[in-house]
Amino acid sequence: MRLLRGIVTKLAGIVLAILVIATINFTLVHSAPGDPASVMAGQSGATDEKFLEELRAEYGLDKPFMVQLGTYLKKVVTLDLGYSYRQRRPVNELILDRLGPTLLLTLSAFFLSLIGGVVFGTLAGLRHGKWSDLAISLVALLLYATPVFWLGLMLVLIFSIQLEWLPAFGYVDMRASSFGRLEYAWDVLRHLFLPAITLGAIYMAVYTRLMRASLIEVAAEDHVKTARAKGLGEGAILRGHMLRNAALPVVTFAGLQVGALVGGAVVVETVFSWPGLGRLTFDAVTARDYPVLLGIFLVMSVLVIVVNILTDLLQRLIDPRIAVR
Amino acid sequence: MNKTLRTFLRRPAGIVGLTLLGLVCLVAVLAPLLYPASPWDIAGMPFARPGEDGMVFGSDTLGRDIAAGVVHGARVSLIIGVTSTIAALAIGVTLGAVAGFAGGMTDRVIVRITEIFQTIPNFVLAILLVAILTPTLSTIIFSIGLVSWPPLARLTRSQVQSVAQREFVQAARCQGQSAASVLVRHVLPNAISPIIVTGSLTVAAAILIEAALSFMGLGDPNHMSWGYMIGAGRTVIRQAWWMSVFPGLAILLTVVAINLVGEALNDALNPRISRS
Repeated sequence: MRLLRGIVTKLAGIVLAILVIATINFTLVHSAPGDPASVMAGQSGATDEKFLEELRAEYGLDKPFMVQLGTYLKKVVTLDLGYSYRQRRPVNELILDRLGPTLLLTLSAFFLSLIGGVVFGTLAGLRHGKWSDLAISLVALLLYATPVFWLGLMLVLIFSIQLEWLPAFGYVDMRASSFGRLEYAWDVLRHLFLPAITLGAIYMAVYTRLMRASLIEVAAEDHVKTARAKGLGEGAILRGHMLRNAALPVVTFAGLQVGALVGGAVVVETVFSWPGLGRLTFDAVTARDYPVLLGIFLVMSVLVIVVNILTDLLQRLIDPRIAVR
Repeated sequence: MNKTLRTFLRRPAGIVGLTLLGLVCLVAVLAPLLYPASPWDIAGMPFARPGEDGMVFGSDTLGRDIAAGVVHGARVSLIIGVTSTIAALAIGVTLGAVAGFAGGMTDRVIVRITEIFQTIPNFVLAILLVAILTPTLSTIIFSIGLVSWPPLARLTRSQVQSVAQREFVQAARCQGQSAASVLVRHVLPNAISPIIVTGSLTVAAAILIEAALSFMGLGDPNHMSWGYMIGAGRTVIRQAWWMSVFPGLAILLTVVAINLVGEALNDALNPRISRS
């Protein structure tokens, strides 16, 4: 029963968030300089008057503000995200085409950063004050301050241009159509490597710092001292008494960072010509294709909310006490 | 305050950070003297390697001096970083203080709004805002401010809540002072130090957002910025690494400096929280 109520509250929260985001979109279109219809058409010089008239009729742009908002929200709820005049295709189709690669990149980076952060943070925390702790902490400090797109370019410079180990751009090789299934997957993986490392590294730095601090705190707690006094080995203490406790705040924080991670994906995809939503964003920015931008913002926000729910579940797995609360 | 200053300066992070930051500020202030010509002007032959043609960091695809761009870019980065943080503080501290002090329905509504803004991918919102409002210094500052306030609001709210419980605040209320006066004169001054620390880290985050925006082609076209330079050098990185390496190092240096200062400030202002 409690679980059911939890799910209902969650769903209500999602609906509320989508409505708020759609309202932000709507307000933005109306606060932009110029006629809302021409904003929705995208500021291309070639917009013809007939298309603008159609838009005005479709969105009821001559009606009162609240009625317009209602029309817009109804469209959003029915997954009608408008039409890209530039690309001559409905926005939801454009987005759907690009969703897969973005999910692949974002999720790889998410797990990479979380696992890496926990591992390096644990290593640093256990060797608190030694040189390896210092080295890990210093690298984390530098990575944390590195602009993500610049890190990507530097990795391309080293691993693609100097060493020629990995491809620098794109999703698959141009000859991919002749590849077998396994070969294809391997090729995508090779292309995924650098973008995922780039996006993951920055957040890995954040989680490493957090995990280190958290582990040092947990190590000083009474139950750990008790375990040690009992004569348990260091490995068993770490696995049985410290890791879960220390990782919990890291997972909570990682959940909060998903929005930033998705934002980072936009820049990383731009650097690596990764054919996802981020690359679509860049093209839409360059072309001032506003309906596409508005749609991407909405879809990415929903994506973040979904991942938030997933991290919530992950937390329950780590800490059974949360489920009871 | 003197003691705080001494604690701050005893931390190596504080000294290193402050020195680096001082250097960046100095360069930003002296930019018109160091490179009097506009960084957009062509200064020599295009694709000059570092050191060639009298340009220490080389030139870009059009022959503009990279070093001049790096020096002038410092001004834009620092100005945008600081002013957009002030904007974020104005929104975040106001909302957080009102929520924490008023409680009840007001508090619940503000917390909900803050949560939604915190889940929204803030960089994507910043892109949307700047693209639709057209990129100028003021729209960029407004947009970064608008996406950066939620952590400050949450922090302020929890700080205000805990300070409002204290006896001297109750005493002030009993004296019949108005709620606004109690909040501004008694609660906020005692809640401010963690906010200052987080604010300093917000400056660093704002500089990174600005760099990413101008990398995406959403910088103010009248001002040379580091992100723009990297974005312009991106396509020719195979032939000319220096066009993107030097501006990137400038961002890295500035952000590291601010983060170090923030960390040292944290140790100096919140001695109980610091672990040493």
